[in-house]
Amino acid sequence: MSSEMIRLTDLRFQYGDGEFALRVPELVVERGQRVAVIGPSGSGKTTLLHVIAGIGLPQTGSVEVGGANWTGMTEADRRALRVQRIGLVFQEFELLEHLKVLDNITLPYRIHPSLSLDSACRDRARALAGKLGVGDKLARFPGQLSHGEKQRVAVCRALVTEPDLILADEPTGNLDPANKHRVLDHLIDCVSEHGSTLVLVTHDHDLLDRFDRIIDVKSLSEGAGL
Amino acid sequence: MREIAYLAWCYLSYHRIKTAILVASIGLITFLPAGLNVLVSQGAAELTARAESTPLLVGAKGSPLELVLSSLYFESETPAPTTLAESERVAQSGLAEPIPIYVRFQSRSYPIVGTSLEYFDFRGLRVAAGRPMAVLGECVLGAAVARELGVHPGDSVTSSPEGVFDLAGVYPLKMPIVGVLAPAHTPDDRAIFIDVKTAWIIEGFGHGHQDLAAPAAESAVLSREGDRITANASVVQYNEITLENIDTFHFHGDQAAYPLSAVIAVPHSEKSRALLLGRYQDDDASQLVVPTAVMDELLETVLTVREYAVAAVAIAGSATLMTTALVFLLSLRLRRREIATMMKIGASRSTVAAVLISEVVVVLLLGGVLACGLTLVTSRFGSAAIRALLLL
Repeated sequence: MSSEMIRLTDLRFQYGDGEFALRVPELVVERGQRVAVIGPSGSGKTTLLHVIAGIGLPQTGSVEVGGANWTGMTEADRRALRVQRIGLVFQEFELLEHLKVLDNITLPYRIHPSLSLDSACRDRARALAGKLGVGDKLARFPGQLSHGEKQRVAVCRALVTEPDLILADEPTGNLDPANKHRVLDHLIDCVSEHGSTLVLVTHDHDLLDRFDRIIDVKSLSEGAGL
Repeated sequence: MREIAYLAWCYLSYHRIKTAILVASIGLITFLPAGLNVLVSQGAAELTARAESTPLLVGAKGSPLELVLSSLYFESETPAPTTLAESERVAQSGLAEPIPIYVRFQSRSYPIVGTSLEYFDFRGLRVAAGRPMAVLGECVLGAAVARELGVHPGDSVTSSPEGVFDLAGVYPLKMPIVGVLAPAHTPDDRAIFIDVKTAWIIEGFGHGHQDLAAPAAESAVLSREGDRITANASVVQYNEITLENIDTFHFHGDQAAYPLSAVIAVPHSEKSRALLLGRYQDDDASQLVVPTAVMDELLETVLTVREYAVAAVAIAGSATLMTTALVFLLSLRLRRREIATMMKIGASRSTVAAVLISEVVVVLLLGGVLACGLTLVTSRFGSAAIRALLLL
């Protein structure tokens, strides 16, 4: 198995006819690495995550995740690969308000036919929730949780499928300092435990010492991602 | 599919008020035409059943509908009266058995039906307690009247004056209750039955009073000319017929001219029926009506009204369905972020669409179940409700 988790080559991505374009001559992230992505607002941090996740396809170049090339795959295959091997954490938590915490955590199993929700999955979801301190909130709805609890539930949802790669888009952006460190601690602990790769977008320079590598999106186009 | 249905159900149960409103709207708008159809059909059956069991009805010239409603359902204004002579005419024709009906008076808002004992046999009415009336002045109560008034054989009811200030008119007659009928679920349940002669006494064609030949009445006698005695108003008139005073009751005038609401004519055969209808065809004073034909005419009007009502409900239904569709579309706009999250995590467009369609299907199904339930309840209790309405 290759040691590379992510490989972006000669990538150019543009939204429609917009002026903004993300250019990455080359970016390689090794398996098990904890990578922080920084950069000013609008520099393309979220776009980079979307391209790596296969949510958006580049106009030119290639994106490989775990050896699979997104650009050569069908939409259905990309979705299957994403739900099985990538965990996504969003800044605004993006929990479904009408689903209880346990159902939110197990959502990936309910929306893709390649995954089936069995008792082992539920046990894993409960264990994760317990570990992240929301084990007693499983029967609650997101509206009954604090911001910190919501983000921990979102982290559980990203980790429940035991993905190889976690892509987190400013997961601590909306949290107070205490919750910020708590969520990041849990995320890094779980990633380390499973040997997953973490790519996390952040504006918070206080957190950068927790990462193996820091990528500034602005300098990516100059080859700094190498 | 199970997971999709589960996600749809979670959304609907979380937004339970919105779901309940949508289900109720769809359920009610679906139920209205169905329920209306059931009610009208059952109403038609109720109306027709009573009419079908009454072969022919003789009455004075006038509105056939009033004649039927008054004589069969004891409803409507009292039609122009026919006479006992008409009953005798039917009997003498040898074509049908006459059953007199005289519905004019009331006791505590219940119609008093003057008739003969043949009426009970004709309608299949059974006396559940007591006995049928046998003597002048006795009455038999319909089941609902006895239940609502809380009276039994041995008690009595009194006929009501026709108006509050009707001092010189109908004489209130106290009538002993000798029997109570078993429930028939027809207008008979809410009627008080008396012999037609008793009805004529209430109207004043017959009366009972103090024996003017007796010495006790001497002070009231103004003059005596042979058998003809003239007395003043101090003569005691009886307002109750008892074994002691029954012999004093007598009728004045030509009985053949005494009034009846109608005469039920029960023909001996189809041929008799046809002949009897022919005899009344050109009659200037009387009419012979076929109740089913009269009710069919009334029902035609009801059915036309139903069609208009159904058309109105269909328009309202279309508006409701369009509003429901709008609610779903607006909800889609509000749920764009949720949908985007599902797709980012790995859901396909078809999975998301399946969840949304499942929500619509569940709402439609629940609305349909509600409509079916309401229609079943209507069909179960609609008949009783119509009966109660008809009997009111």
